[in-house]
Amino acid sequence: MTEYLIKNGFVFDPVQGIKGDKADVAVKDGRIVTGVSSGAKVIDAAGKTVMAGAVEIHAHIAGPKVNEGRNYRPEDKLFTYTPKSRQSRMAGGFSIPTTFKTGYEYARMGYTTAMEAAMPPLYARHVHEEMRDTPIIDEGAYPVFGNNWFVMEYLKNGEIENAAAYIAWLLRASKGYAIKVVNPGGTEAWSWGLNCLTVNDPVPYFDITPAEIMTGLMQANEFLGLPHSMHVHQNSLGNPGNYTVTLDSLKLAEKIKPNNKFGRDTVLHSTHLQFHSYGGDNWGNFESKSKEVMDYVNRQKNITIDTGCVTLDETTTMTADGPFEHHLTELNHLKWANIDVELETGSGVVPYVYSPDIKVCEIQWAIGLEIALLTKDHMRTFITTDHPNAGPFIRYPRIIKWLMSAEARKERIDSFKHSAKMIDATLIAGMDREISLYELAQMTRAGPAKALGLANLYGGLAPGMDGDVVVYNFNPEKDHKPDEIEKAFSAAAFVLKRGTPVVVDGEIVSNGNKRTLWVDAKTDENPQVMRDIRDKFLRYYSINMNNYEVAGHFLTNPMAIEVDATR
Amino acid sequence: MTKTVTDVICPFCGTLCDDLEVVVSDDGKTIVDVYNACAIGAEKFMHSQARDRVKRPRMQQPDGTYKEVSYDEAVEYTAQMLANAKKPLMYGWSSTSCEAQSVGHEIAEKVGAIVDNTATVCHGTTLIAVQDVGIPSCTLGEIKNRADRIIFWGCNPAHAHPRHQSRYSIFPRGFFTNKGHKNRKVVVVDPRRTDTAKMADYHFQIEQGRDYELLSAFRVAVRGEWLPDTVAGISKERIYEAAEMLKSGRFGIIFFGMGVTQSLSKNHNIDEAIMLTKDLNDYTKFSIMAMRGHYNVTGSGQVMGWQFGFPYATDLSRGFARYNPGETTSNDLLVRGEVDAVFVLGSDPGAHFPISSVKKISQLPSVCVDPHITPTSEVSKLHVPVAFVGVEVGGNCYRMDNVPIDARKVVDPPEGMLTDEEFLTRVNKRLEQLVAVT
Amino acid sequence: METVTITMKNPPGLFLEADNVSPDTFAGKKAADIAALHAFEGREQTSLGKYFEVSGNGGATAADTRIVVKGDVSRVKYIGMKMTAGEVVIENSPDMYTGAWMQGGKLLVKGSTNAFTGIGMKGGELVIEGDTGNYLGAAYRGDWRGMQGGIIRVRGNAGSDTGYFMNGGTIIVEGNTDVHVGTHMEGGTIIIKGNVPSKVGGQMVEGTIYVFGTIDVMMPGFKFVKDEEMEVDGYKGLFSLFHGDLGERHPKRKGQVVYGKLYQKI
Repeated sequence: MTEYLIKNGFVFDPVQGIKGDKADVAVKDGRIVTGVSSGAKVIDAAGKTVMAGAVEIHAHIAGPKVNEGRNYRPEDKLFTYTPKSRQSRMAGGFSIPTTFKTGYEYARMGYTTAMEAAMPPLYARHVHEEMRDTPIIDEGAYPVFGNNWFVMEYLKNGEIENAAAYIAWLLRASKGYAIKVVNPGGTEAWSWGLNCLTVNDPVPYFDITPAEIMTGLMQANEFLGLPHSMHVHQNSLGNPGNYTVTLDSLKLAEKIKPNNKFGRDTVLHSTHLQFHSYGGDNWGNFESKSKEVMDYVNRQKNITIDTGCVTLDETTTMTADGPFEHHLTELNHLKWANIDVELETGSGVVPYVYSPDIKVCEIQWAIGLEIALLTKDHMRTFITTDHPNAGPFIRYPRIIKWLMSAEARKERIDSFKHSAKMIDATLIAGMDREISLYELAQMTRAGPAKALGLANLYGGLAPGMDGDVVVYNFNPEKDHKPDEIEKAFSAAAFVLKRGTPVVVDGEIVSNGNKRTLWVDAKTDENPQVMRDIRDKFLRYYSINMNNYEVAGHFLTNPMAIEVDATR
Repeated sequence: MTKTVTDVICPFCGTLCDDLEVVVSDDGKTIVDVYNACAIGAEKFMHSQARDRVKRPRMQQPDGTYKEVSYDEAVEYTAQMLANAKKPLMYGWSSTSCEAQSVGHEIAEKVGAIVDNTATVCHGTTLIAVQDVGIPSCTLGEIKNRADRIIFWGCNPAHAHPRHQSRYSIFPRGFFTNKGHKNRKVVVVDPRRTDTAKMADYHFQIEQGRDYELLSAFRVAVRGEWLPDTVAGISKERIYEAAEMLKSGRFGIIFFGMGVTQSLSKNHNIDEAIMLTKDLNDYTKFSIMAMRGHYNVTGSGQVMGWQFGFPYATDLSRGFARYNPGETTSNDLLVRGEVDAVFVLGSDPGAHFPISSVKKISQLPSVCVDPHITPTSEVSKLHVPVAFVGVEVGGNCYRMDNVPIDARKVVDPPEGMLTDEEFLTRVNKRLEQLVAVT
Repeated sequence: METVTITMKNPPGLFLEADNVSPDTFAGKKAADIAALHAFEGREQTSLGKYFEVSGNGGATAADTRIVVKGDVSRVKYIGMKMTAGEVVIENSPDMYTGAWMQGGKLLVKGSTNAFTGIGMKGGELVIEGDTGNYLGAAYRGDWRGMQGGIIRVRGNAGSDTGYFMNGGTIIVEGNTDVHVGTHMEGGTIIIKGNVPSKVGGQMVEGTIYVFGTIDVMMPGFKFVKDEEMEVDGYKGLFSLFHGDLGERHPKRKGQVVYGKLYQKI
């Protein structure tokens, strides 16, 4: 394999604590090394910023609801398609890009790994087929567990070990990466047209509460010692006043201790926190509660979060929170897709226009940024847009601009239609904090990699780690106008993925050699759980048990993260 | 000794039953018997065993006779035809695996083709309606476990999807439906008294071509608004009564078929049915699902969706993807003379398209890839026989509720016979040499 | 105002995509530059000059540019697409997407047009002296924002799906139409001077439809309100007003439910 030497760049690497020193980064055989031979290919990074490849911890980029979004929104592709080129397939879609465009756009921004945030296990094959067609980036997918009949039945009886055995079985069957929870209990309730809006609302028939589901899943997660913590989208997403439900959910982590061999010291990841930090009790007095929520997050060290920043675009919302999407379509009257999945989960899709002329959207924009700016530990707060829910991921450079430049935020606020009302309902106008490049590297690289239990591979430039290196046309010693920041992070000057150049001068030069990550957790034999699984397939599933498991050939370059949970 | 292959997926209709048992001979070459399948599904397996099966490609001669050619020659003809065309149509894709569809799309991208599947004459109108108003739906297991209101609108599963009612819709006992059909009320809307209608608690014998009006009237009745005395031949009293019955259920489902997708109003019928479903969600839980025909037409829409963003009728001719039924749909293209070559795989337009379209296929350079001799193979310049997907080669398929199931291989194909995917891969390789990307 | 005349000399074998035939693109260009503009026949990228003889130069701006299209353009799509100003006169009958996504200016077709004429239109004036096909002034697939503004007048007949998802502007069809007029309409005005077989105003939320001729089958969700004396596109007389579609959602304004209005000439 070719050797590379990225010379003289300003390096930002939280893993090694390098804060913009001029340094060289050497890559050989796909990994970071301490030095290379004189025959190495030299990339001149003088006057530029060098970081590890970024890691996306939460995006909806592959699977049934994503594809429903693509297929039912031809208008999302009108006049915006990128033609094929010598190196790349044709690529289209604004808020829900095709799989090819997904891989290319992440790579162009310097992202080299991304996690699909919600995989319905019955549709796991579909998720893997799409990931197979997503070039360049390494990917994994989180199967959803928060409304799963097995899980609810075991946890209702306090059977953590059985729940853990089932989870290990399902991770293997679906080739999944982590325990994802979406509106715990609420989506099962939605199968009857109902919902669970607090952590104490009992789930119809199953007679368990969201709090019990989340607590039990955290316990099962640590029983197994999985690389990632439980990853949760709390109840009551998107409703005014929901920050109390959020705090109730986060507090559940206080009782749980991390247990794993991956260096992960957190037990709960709370995703797209922006959607869960709302005050007021209606859309009229809707306001930011980012401070209340972030004060807690900053104190409670075993929690990680991602922001879910609103980008102010026309986008497509999609979530396994089925009742929320129904609520949304009742508000905006736009097309509603819903997919309830037997015994497991549900989901919905509705287009949404975040308009800078609508007060609520302006406040949502502020809350997302406030969460990032109020952060004390940047290794525990990650930048996302909950793509495509709060906006498409291609807007990360714009969010970075707003976080790195108070001037950019002021420009934006001044041109809002309701800026005075927005300022009253938020904190953003009084914040002069600007995120540094080192903090940015924590929030987009080292932090998410650590939370995912992948700190040995991704997120840093220490020898032995994957050779994922990004060079941005951004000189930290110079002043930048806001739009120059956005431009620099939109199209990297150079991206190396596991030692292969994939982007040069912002253009795709290779389809790379992506890997698919999944977690293989070994547990003790559990005949009761196996009997329960067989029984449910026989009686309640619509497919045979033997046709459920995703075979290896659906995964491109599979990489199993092994966990031994036998006792 | 024979052996039995279990958990076999049936490559016939969109119901995609996955509980078949196929008995094969000791040498693994012959299918002896098929269990659990419906008559049509069993026939699909047995038909692969036909002794007179065509095993090598055949090229049509000027006098109309066929001459056997090698696969190499067939690959060359196909690649040249696609490379020389300005705007080829690549149609079918519904009776093959997602893996084959994927290679087909790579070819289509190279040559600037239009990729279209059989939805174009079946549920394409459904897909248009979904694009206009969305679709609240669910998996078939949800219906089995929960549904107590079942509507069949313009479809006759008793004949078209024979195991649908026993596996998923009317009869199965599920978690919350342990009394099976006794838990359920069945409504059929059909101008004819079909065998499905005979099983229903309510049969609305609607006037032909008035589905849009009747669906609209149901929506009016659900809202408790004013109605004229009769709509589509049905009295307003029966419409109000039916609306109440639907609202009083716990979980309802509308299944619909080509009786509404291809009759007057087409996509608007489905649009209105979806909106009725959406309205009913203000009172109870309701879903709606298309009764998809070919076993993997759904998969074709999915693969096209994630690769290009559209579920059918995708025009790649300008190096990027465009979509607009009415323009980029196969019959419009053929009848209007918009395409200059036709490639068919996994469907039989010769049997299903209007004669004016079929004539165009016969006049153009054309290739038909199909295990069988079909009306399409008989009007095409080249017929390429291939292995049966789901019998002689596995591959991923999507059920009518979009659930993916990996089809199994049961027996070997005849010696030397290529699969769809292998043939397409060879054409694709050849095209790499013939078509330069600019 | 400068006039550019393009005359079809060498008709395409398949169909020609001529989205560059628009005052916006021709503005500021000499005849030779215009002839060199891209056009597409299938996957072949060619130039307008291969098919058309071009004479005259574009004006300084789109507003100063007038295009006259002569010859057989029955296999040419997208003439006047996205135009914002200026004038286009098509002397014969073009194919699909004439004046599609038009934003301003004037487009006159002396013959007939095919489907998708004026889809996604935002402004300007589009006149068809002959007939037109399906989806006149309709929305593009999946878009809930159909015609937003401008005026379309068809002297002859139209096909089905006229004004699908219409939000604003005016469509006048002086002849008959096929089924589905103003389906999903949420604003704007449609005037049909001839007959419509059925499916008028289905799923209509707001907006106004006038039908001068017959409607064979009325949608069930339209309820008679009253007769009204009206003046509509130069005609003065008595119309019956129906409110609908009662099966559809309707907004409330000042405490009153707002319905779609269907007027039929008595």
